[in-house]
This record gives sequence, C-alpha cells and structure tokens, in this order.
Amino acid sequence: MTSTIIDFENVTKEYPDGTVAIEDISFSVEEGTTTVFVGPSGCGKTTTMKLVNRLEELTSGKIYYDGQEIRSLDKIDLRRNIGYVIQEIGLFDHMTVAENVGMVPTLLEWDRARIDDRVDELLDLMDLPAETYRDQHPMELSGGQRQRVGVARALAADPDVMLMDEPFGALDPITREKLQDEFLEIQAQIDKTILFVTHDIDEALKMGDKIAIYRNGQIVQYDTPKEILTNPANDFVREFIGSDRLIKELKFMTAGDVMDETADVTGKTLSELGAAGVEFARNGQGYLTVERSETTHVALMKIYEGHVEGVLVTEGEEVVGTVTEADLKRNLSEGR
Amino acid sequence: MSLLVESIQYLFDNFETFLQLLQEHVFLVVVAEVAAVLVALPVGILATRNDAVKRYALRVGNVFHTIPPLAVIALVFPFVGIGMKSGFVALWAYGLLPILINTITGIEEVDESTVEAARGVGMTENQILKSVQLPLAVPVIFAGIRTSTIINVGNGYLAFFIGAGGLGDWVVTGIALFNNPQILAGAIPGALLAIGLDLALGRVENRLRTGDEPGQRSTTAAA
Ligand SMILES: Nc1ncnc2c1ncn2[C@@H]1O[C@H](COP(=O)(O)OP(=O)(O)OP(=O)(O)O)[C@@H](O)[C@H]1O
Ligand SMILES: [Mg+2]
Repeated sequence: MTSTIIDFENVTKEYPDGTVAIEDISFSVEEGTTTVFVGPSGCGKTTTMKLVNRLEELTSGKIYYDGQEIRSLDKIDLRRNIGYVIQEIGLFDHMTVAENVGMVPTLLEWDRARIDDRVDELLDLMDLPAETYRDQHPMELSGGQRQRVGVARALAADPDVMLMDEPFGALDPITREKLQDEFLEIQAQIDKTILFVTHDIDEALKMGDKIAIYRNGQIVQYDTPKEILTNPANDFVREFIGSDRLIKELKFMTAGDVMDETADVTGKTLSELGAAGVEFARNGQGYLTVERSETTHVALMKIYEGHVEGVLVTEGEEVVGTVTEADLKRNLSEGR
Repeated sequence: MSLLVESIQYLFDNFETFLQLLQEHVFLVVVAEVAAVLVALPVGILATRNDAVKRYALRVGNVFHTIPPLAVIALVFPFVGIGMKSGFVALWAYGLLPILINTITGIEEVDESTVEAARGVGMTENQILKSVQLPLAVPVIFAGIRTSTIINVGNGYLAFFIGAGGLGDWVVTGIALFNNPQILAGAIPGALLAIGLDLALGRVENRLRTGDEPGQRSTTAAA
C-alpha cells in the first residue's frame, strides 16, 4: 500500500501585486517517490515549492504534509524537516562548506561530533572529499561543486521530503548528466520523497516517477513519464516533449516489453542455435542480440547499424524472444 | 621646510600641553564614536525590519548631518552647556548618520537568495540576522564607522569653541596669533590620529571577519 505525504487541494497562490502564480492546483505525492515539476519559465514551479515549506503562504485551498494541514504546523519545524535546495543555490558565503552543510543539524542542536560525522559523510556522498572541501569557502568552488554543497545542505538532517528547485540548473550538459546519474544512485540509497523542479523535459523524464507539466500556473498533465510520452494530454504537452518524442519513448521501453516470444528460437541458448536460427537477426558477423532489460532504443540502433530486420532478445545465455522493426513500430504510440 | 621643523620644535617645547590636548581630542572622538555606534547600530538594525523606524531615523540622522558641524555644536550647547559634555553630544549626533546608513544598506544588500536559503533551512528571523545578515554586512557597517570616525576627528577641532578642549586649542589660537608652527603642531597630529584610528578599526574588522567569526567547526547559529 502506498501513502501520500504531500497533497495539494485546489491550491491558488496570488502574490500581493496581483500576480496569480498558481491557480487551483491539486496533486498528491506518494512517499518515497520523485515527482518532477516541469514547464516554461514563470509558470509557477518555484512558487509550488515555496508553498510546501511555507516560504510563501497560499491564498486559497489546502496543502497537507503527512496528513496534516500545513498551516497548523510550526513553520520553523516544518522547514527543518524538509530539505530545500533553492534555485539560486544560496550558500552562506561567509561560512565554510562544513558550516553550510551542518546548518540544519546545528539548528536542531545535534551535538558537535554527530554534526561533524554527518557533514563528512555527506561531502563524501556528494563526491567532495571532506578533507579537501570541508574548510573551503563557497567562493572557492566551481558552479557544480556549489550545487552539490547545496544538495548536501538540504540532505543534512535526513529529511523525509526534499524540495529541489532546479538543483542542476546552472551546469553544462556533461556535468549535469553526471550529477543526475549520481543523484539517481544516491536516491536509490536514501529513498526520500523528492519534489524536483526543472524546465528540461529530458531531465524530468529521467528523474521522475511522476511528472507534473505546468503551463501558466496550472498543471496540464500529471502522470508517469511513460504515460506522458505515450499519451500527451494535448498539443502543449506534445510540443513541450519535442519532435524527438518517439526516440524518448523508445528509451522508456525495454526489449522485454515488446518482444515476440512465439518465435521458434525461444528457449534455446545462443550456442544451441548455431547457424540454424532466424535469418532476419543475422548478418555477416553472426546474430545480433540485446539483453531483455535493454531499451528498445538500443534494439533499434542495433537493427540499423547491423542492417538487419530484427534482433534476438537474450536473458543470460538463453534466447527469450525476438524484436523486429515491425514490433517496434507497432508498440510506438503513434502507431496506435 | 623650516616651518615643519619649527612646528615640531613647538610641539616638543610644549609637550605636556600637547599630550593633554591630544588626550582630550582622542577621548572626545572615541567616546562620541562608541556612543554613536551603540545607538546607530541597533537603530539601523531595527530600521531594516520596520519602515517607520527607518524613515524617522534617517530623517533625524540627515538633519544632524546636513547642518554644518559648527552649527550642530552651537545648537547643542545651549542645552548641554559649555565644556566637554557639549562636545560629546555634538560629535555623537554628527557621527550617527554614516553608521546608520551603512548598517541599513549593509543588511539590505545581503543577497536575497542567501536570506531565502536561510529561511528555507528553518532559521528564525533573529538567527538570520545574527548568523547571516550581520556577518555579511560587517564590511559595509565598518566602512560607515570608519567614515564617521574620520569626520569626527575633524569635527573635534571645533569642540574647542565650546570649551571642550582638544587639538583645536592650538589651531584656533594659532590662527588668531598668526602662529603657523602652532597651527601645524595642532593640525598634523589630527591627521595622523585619523589615519591611526582608521587602521585600528580595519584591524578590528579583520578580526571580526576571520578570527572569531562563526568559525572553525564550532559556532554557527543559536537562538
Ligand atoms: N514574490 C513575488 N511577487 C510577485 N510575483 C511573483 C513573486 N514570485 C514570483 N512571482 C511571479 O509568479 C509567477 C510564477 O513564478 P515562479 O517563480 O513560481 O515561476 P517558475 O516556474 O519557478 O519560473 P522559472 O523557471 O523562471 O524559475 C511569475 O509570473 C513570477 O513573476
Ligand atoms: Mg523557479
């Protein structure tokens, strides 16, 4: 059974100057999942984050944190229990890296030794070796390192919920991808509920269990990445995903998802197959194969690169099915 | 050149008096300055959190500061009377504005995102002030204190007119008597005093920023 930890019910936020930043938004975030908020600049993503830790107060509607209406909770306690990576990073430049990371534990009055251990642990986790970095000042760090310190600071007191507002925003594509991969690994270990903001749909598809697509202060679609790719709610979503939607979709299906298991090679091992197997998966070099868990994107690449019509799908030594170009076409949403 | 030698000569010939005047001058400036900091700093901090305080404080500070120093002194002394006390009050009033302005700007110019981050990690407004805004505003606040001090070393010369003593004694008497060596013997130490106090404040500032700053693995924020 899953339970929700953050619930928005018809939430509207109007700033004092009359700007309606978000309007009548409802969604629920399940515990332990990553929900990505994605959309063009100014559509209300940051506002949504700030409403959760009450840096801004909502105008109407209700927000629940772990079943309790957030307005009934103490702001300061709430913020100390929710990790927040702010869009502008916002490190304390007059403090060392260690003091930055140790800020929330210090506020929670952990004892010194425990804070120091925690800081070292987090810096190592973030690939910023503690001996080198703990006594440096933020000004001495690169943009990517600063963002890691920002993430470490948010993680410090082991919060159940993390708000991450474009945590990898100001980075070059290569560093960004590296941090995304690292963070996915870290997330697998720490298993937190994460609300993640980005305006990059690829990042959203990669990081999210669920994605909320924003447009002008409203959520136009709230779904799993796969649903969003295969069933875009409208033209705005379709356009936002981009013209390479089918390639993105291919990356979300595994060979196992689409393979034909009825072929008569199924159940044999590759060596048993010898030269007597299916012709369409063979060229001068022999059979072309993909692992069952590999994406259909990989399968397609192999089909095109090998100039064949299809590939064998294997699990270990055993052939478990086949995937042909026709199978792929049939499974892409456009074909349905 | 010989004028400089003569003034040094004058200074040593009247060394006892010189020490007396210098001591009065330093005392006047330092006490007035400390009092100015003690008032302008808290009021400046308060002003960043309350618009009404800010409006009035700046207005009062401006009034004191736009009237010529001699006029401030003249205004003060009917109330406080002749002597050292009027000198203090006049210099104090005159020294407020630079500290006030710089305290306000220093705090308000701390990067909005840094303050937002501080709020986001769950610091209270007081903790934000103490652990984030004030430390980051130290250079600007100190610039205000230094400006104010230097101005008041100069204003200290005028204190002689209301009988508060100080190096103004030699300068004013020297002018009256066309005694150039005496004027210089009073003026040059004042210039050196201004430079000296400025350097001293610079050192204090550096200590605040590096030495016992929220430093070395220990202190950060507390209620
Ligand atoms: N403090 C504020 N006062 C008034 N209007 C604001 C305030 N903060 C944000 N807004 C407005 O609310 C809208 C949503 O802003 P928000 O910062 O939530 O957008 P965003 O989706 O995070 O954008 P970006 O991708 O550029 O960060 C914008 O029109 C913005 O100008
Ligand atoms: Mg934003």
